Amino acid sequence: MRFRKDNNSEIMEGDLTPMIDVTFLLIAFFMVLINFTEVDRAEEILLPKSRLAIPPTVRPDYQIILNLDVDGIVKFGGQQFDQIDFLDSALEREKSAAQIENVQPRDISVIIRSHQDTPTGLVQKLINKCQQVGLENFSLRVKEKINY
Amino acid sequence: MKIRSTEDHNVKLHMTAMIDIVFQLLVFFIMTFKIVEMEGDFNVRMPLAAKESTSIEDVLPDLITVRLKVGAEGKIAGIDVDNGVDGDSYFDPDMYSRLTDFVEKTIDTEGDPSEAIETEVEFDIDYDLKYSYTVQAIESVSGKIVDGDVKKLIEKIKFKDNSEQAE
Repeated sequence: MRFRKDNNSEIMEGDLTPMIDVTFLLIAFFMVLINFTEVDRAEEILLPKSRLAIPPTVRPDYQIILNLDVDGIVKFGGQQFDQIDFLDSALEREKSAAQIENVQPRDISVIIRSHQDTPTGLVQKLINKCQQVGLENFSLRVKEKINY
Repeated sequence: MKIRSTEDHNVKLHMTAMIDIVFQLLVFFIMTFKIVEMEGDFNVRMPLAAKESTSIEDVLPDLITVRLKVGAEGKIAGIDVDNGVDGDSYFDPDMYSRLTDFVEKTIDTEGDPSEAIETEVEFDIDYDLKYSYTVQAIESVSGKIVDGDVKKLIEKIKFKDNSEQAE
């Protein structure tokens, strides 16, 4: 009996195009979803939940994000302030920066991200501090509660 | 002159290096991917002068005052409401839904739908009350969900200055 000798020694290569297509799609998907705004968020702050809070659709002309924890420590612009009273100079600086961009203090959006267990008095104290600098547009940030 | 014809080579691209990089990118994005819950805002416009408008003669008919009283461990103990004409106090577990009903009733009494936008709520909150209870009260006056749709109630919210309560 005679066996046919297979002389075809070429390496078998599968068609990689569909796999690369899918992989690129996955990369594009994750790139679009990656969140670059984490710098402004203090992850240890557990926000209260609400069903009626409106997710912001338009980014304000100028915004300040103040993270307030249970002990009254404020995290803002990568800095930590142990007391609300120490915020004056930082807020003044932000106000000046906004004015350079032709944004009036009353139009600066102050976003307050406060921990759910923080005494409300501290939140009010923070609001008062901002008012003293001339800020008056506040947003109390909460997590969206979804009812399934 | 004899022109040398170029040899007919089969040019093969080496995909291995590219696939390596692509997979590394993919792994990076998968590892750094974090599902973040959506966040929303309650908008409050409070100029500095507003905190002085709390005297008795300033209490206009379109102002509802809501007092949130603190109990043990920073939890809410009760809610007092007053719209200048009518008032009530709630201490039961349904106090938030009753607050919503009171606000809705006040707006409906005033008749004109635009009144809902004009009516203002002033919160007088005990210093030690946990923020989550305050947010719940703000939610109760802001609107309610009817058949899956949000019915807006009050958009103007302000806080009474309670800084004197601070130790």
